[in-house]
Amino acid sequence: MTASGTEIFARNVPGSTEILRGSTVALAGCGGLGSNAAVALVRAGVGSLILVDHDVVEASNLNRQHFFQGDIGRGKVDALAGHLRAINPEVRLEPWKLTLTPDDVPRLFARADLLIEAFDRADSKRWLIEAWCRAFPERKVICASGVSGLGKTEPIGVRRAGNIILCGDEASDPSQGLCAARVGIVANMEANLAIEVLVTEKSHGDDQQP
Amino acid sequence: MVTINNRDHVDWREGMTVRELLDKLRYTYVLITVTVNGVLVAEEDYATHLVPDRAEVTVFHLAHGG
Repeated sequence: MTASGTEIFARNVPGSTEILRGSTVALAGCGGLGSNAAVALVRAGVGSLILVDHDVVEASNLNRQHFFQGDIGRGKVDALAGHLRAINPEVRLEPWKLTLTPDDVPRLFARADLLIEAFDRADSKRWLIEAWCRAFPERKVICASGVSGLGKTEPIGVRRAGNIILCGDEASDPSQGLCAARVGIVANMEANLAIEVLVTEKSHGDDQQP
Repeated sequence: MVTINNRDHVDWREGMTVRELLDKLRYTYVLITVTVNGVLVAEEDYATHLVPDRAEVTVFHLAHGG
């Protein structure tokens, strides 16, 4: 038996379901941040996701990324698309297995309402933020910076400037190792911020405020 | 006066660029992203982008993801 969207989202925040169903979120990176953020977005009812990642699932990803034993060796975007459809078969997905470059940003993300930056490397984050702001200066980008190590929940925060929203501790280094709980906190913060932005920006009546 | 990250303050001068401001702040992080009054300034423009008086500047530190 397959549950319909009406059944899946029966406990959603009132007024959010229709807005989220009509929204498109782009995710650049489908690893620890992107895979977990994507799951949260689909469970919330976001109707359309653009997924970009060049990588394949490895055993060492399973300590924090939303993949399973049977995914090892598969492309991350294809494996993740299957898991997302297992939650909501009605979700519209655009999986791109490629190495994203700045030149791809205007074309691949043209119909996205906002971008979740979910890259591993700090230097890649910078060019992605710059390319997004150049292509879509009126749309928000939600970024993550610093998710490594254990515990240290208090330093994880959110800062905003213009259309850039950044969450994480802005300091930790991957040499500290990565833990599902801490990566998941930041991934879910990114998803939560995306949902807030979508519902707030697309609401037209007080009864639809989040 | 220029405000950085809603916290620090630096005296403004005519012709101040983002690069000059960052040098003055002595940020140790190599990878940062900067906005001036909410607008992103690309790294290639740091040396030429002028910071207006009473600007609100945000400096994000970019660390690795997961």
